[in-house]
Amino acid sequence: MMSATTPKIPSQFTLPQDQSKASFVSTPAAPAKITVSDLDFYYGRSQALFQITLSIPERIVMALIGPSGCGKSTFLRTLNRMNDVIPATRVEGQVTIDGNDIYDPGTDVVDLRRRVGMVFQKSNPFPKSIFDNVAYGLRINRVTKSKTELADRVEQALKDAALWSEAKDRLHQSALGLSGGQQQRLCIARALAIRPEVILMDEPASALDPIATSKIEELIVDLKQQYTIVIVTHNMQQAARVSDTTAFFLLGKLIEVNPTEKIFTAPDQKVTEDYITGRFG
Amino acid sequence: MNVTEELRLKSKLPRGDRHRRVTSAAMTAFTAACTLFAVGVLLVILAYIAWQGIGSVSLRFLLDSPRPVGEGGGIGNAILGSIVLLLLSSSAGMPLGISVGVYLSEFGRGRFASLLRFVVDTLTGIPSIVTGVFVYTIVVLPLKHFSALAGGIALALIMIPIVARTTEEMIKLVPQSLREGALALGAPQWRVTLGVVIPAAASGIATGAMLAVARVSGETAPLLFTAFGSRFFSHYLDQPIASLTVQIYSYAISPYDEWHAQAWAATLVLMTLILGINIAVRFFTRKKF
Repeated sequence: MMSATTPKIPSQFTLPQDQSKASFVSTPAAPAKITVSDLDFYYGRSQALFQITLSIPERIVMALIGPSGCGKSTFLRTLNRMNDVIPATRVEGQVTIDGNDIYDPGTDVVDLRRRVGMVFQKSNPFPKSIFDNVAYGLRINRVTKSKTELADRVEQALKDAALWSEAKDRLHQSALGLSGGQQQRLCIARALAIRPEVILMDEPASALDPIATSKIEELIVDLKQQYTIVIVTHNMQQAARVSDTTAFFLLGKLIEVNPTEKIFTAPDQKVTEDYITGRFG
Repeated sequence: MNVTEELRLKSKLPRGDRHRRVTSAAMTAFTAACTLFAVGVLLVILAYIAWQGIGSVSLRFLLDSPRPVGEGGGIGNAILGSIVLLLLSSSAGMPLGISVGVYLSEFGRGRFASLLRFVVDTLTGIPSIVTGVFVYTIVVLPLKHFSALAGGIALALIMIPIVARTTEEMIKLVPQSLREGALALGAPQWRVTLGVVIPAAASGIATGAMLAVARVSGETAPLLFTAFGSRFFSHYLDQPIASLTVQIYSYAISPYDEWHAQAWAATLVLMTLILGINIAVRFFTRKKF
């Protein structure tokens, strides 16, 4: 049903300037933080991404939307080389962050993942205390020099993730005792603690109730003052609420990238409109 | 009972439904009976050992070394010997077994890993007397005498495959999302394994290790060829050493009633020892989070 309607993919997308969002962006012409060109991705023999080309400016929220299996999560995971852990996968094309090719053989993957944090669909706190969860990244990367500095950074990260007031009295209790929404905010705090430059979020609120979801969404809007955020979501309203730019994926291809307002009001592609208005997917 | 009442009852319990309930009840009863039988046999054994053995257990029996028939004597040297043998075998067998298990689950891919897995499975099935003869050939013969060390090696060889396989299974149960979570924070693979995966599987790994200890502490055959046994307190690892199992064996096949009674008492002590180790390890590796 979808293949018949798949349009020809333009080879290059340029990101139009969006004056209405200018107040959110540090400079009107924000420089590209991440650029992706001609990216192909394979799971064994089957190709999951086809010739993806786009650029993500600094300090914005970009939402990736599209039906299940369209490759948005796969694409997200190419940005911090998380797909490396899946056997028999292959990448072609180029992904650069701050101008450095992250698939260059000389790239230090550990350092890359320190700079590009990730929050997963299903919250995955370690079976450790709340404090140790947030401190994990700081400890392994030897970020802090003293115990007080470590405690300060943990506190700051929990505050940034809007979890401090709920967690401050139980820092040394198990993280698994938190509710689902709190666990997800803990995972965000854990990612924030090492102060990455980019945060990738893979449907961070899909398993949460509306209240927890709105907390996470507020958080995302706050966080873009400091971070570049790429978020995969199934929830169109969520994409509309939190993102500045939206990219629509279909069958492993990037159909359209535009300012979120434009995508949801006057998309360039007919198929984008069909998806957004719920005609398929 | 009027007709409508009868219909109502029938509609409540149609034939198919009653059949299902009866089958369910019967199967539940059957499995309960099997469980009771298995546990019951075990309890009978334990009770019988306690009944037969408790009479000969005394402080002197626990501390003294064996004496000629009619003079009493104890199993102190055998208790110490068993503990020494278990420490020796655990200190070699556990790190090796856990390492193999971690390798198989976290790093082992491809042909070499499946070959290794097959070898480990085969080793689990080797009769322990074969292990004893093997260690006799490669350790006892060159050194020209039986030794505690040889006994420890034999027991370690029995432990390694058991520990390796249970470790592998326990680590495989750790969700992939935990590994990805740690990797995404910039943790190198080895830190993910050491700091996140192994702690998450720790209590399972400890249970596996305990199973292996319980298993080897009951071994007699490999020790006959390696640690051999001794009637004195042994202070050297390169000398033969007593063990509870070998002591039980030699007393049980003796013609003296006094030694038979001591064999029962030694069996009771051995079981208590295993139980004690189990409880201790469970206590120290209980889930904290």
